[in-house]
Amino acid sequence: MSAEEKSMSIIVTKGSLDWAYPPFILATTAAAMGLPVTMFFTFYGLPLLLKKLNLQVTAAGNPAMKMPMMGMHMGLPNLVTAIPGVDAGCSVMMKNLIKKKGVASIEDLREMAVEADVRMIACQMTLDLFEYDKADMIEGIDIGGAATYIEVASQSDINLFI
Amino acid sequence: MADHTLDAKGLNCPLPILKARKALKEVPDDGTLEILATDPGAVADFEAFCRQTGNELLEHSEDDGVYRFLIKKVA
Repeated sequence: MSAEEKSMSIIVTKGSLDWAYPPFILATTAAAMGLPVTMFFTFYGLPLLLKKLNLQVTAAGNPAMKMPMMGMHMGLPNLVTAIPGVDAGCSVMMKNLIKKKGVASIEDLREMAVEADVRMIACQMTLDLFEYDKADMIEGIDIGGAATYIEVASQSDINLFI
Repeated sequence: MADHTLDAKGLNCPLPILKARKALKEVPDDGTLEILATDPGAVADFEAFCRQTGNELLEHSEDDGVYRFLIKKVA
């Protein structure tokens, strides 16, 4: 079986630090395994194309988010996550863990995706809706809409929605 | 001796695979790439990587938490 015959597309809809990982990990890995990959960035996923990223994570509404701390795993009650500064603190903690465990940063993974010729499409409607400017996005991306994505998806063997 | 060695120790998924892909570009056809990694997930991942890309996983072994893979560049 030739890898060249397979291709993959991913719809990226979420832009928090934790949710940014699955699409970029899968896109870079698939590209490394010889698959042409297209990523379609829409709604909250669109800001992942901004030149300057400052991704955050929140424990609010996420009871499964427990961090290793003092030899155990600790989560935060929703009420605590509402206190100003708590999300920022969680984000710093997560980024420290990421570094300590040898996990790539999203910035690095995105750069590797660009190097591996992963095609990135920014959703035009989301650009308009949230008033983003293409000039603030990284170089080399395409702009498109639902039809652009459907054309890609209809020719791809693997289509993921994340 | 391998034609090229990649030290991916301390790196987590998917970095060993991504770096191996890059390192393979420096390896001549039918040459070999040796990879050292500490990510236990790399064992299954390098097997899958080789099956998918057509490169040949000649050996893999583990010594004191360090995994060693030897890949022959076919594709």
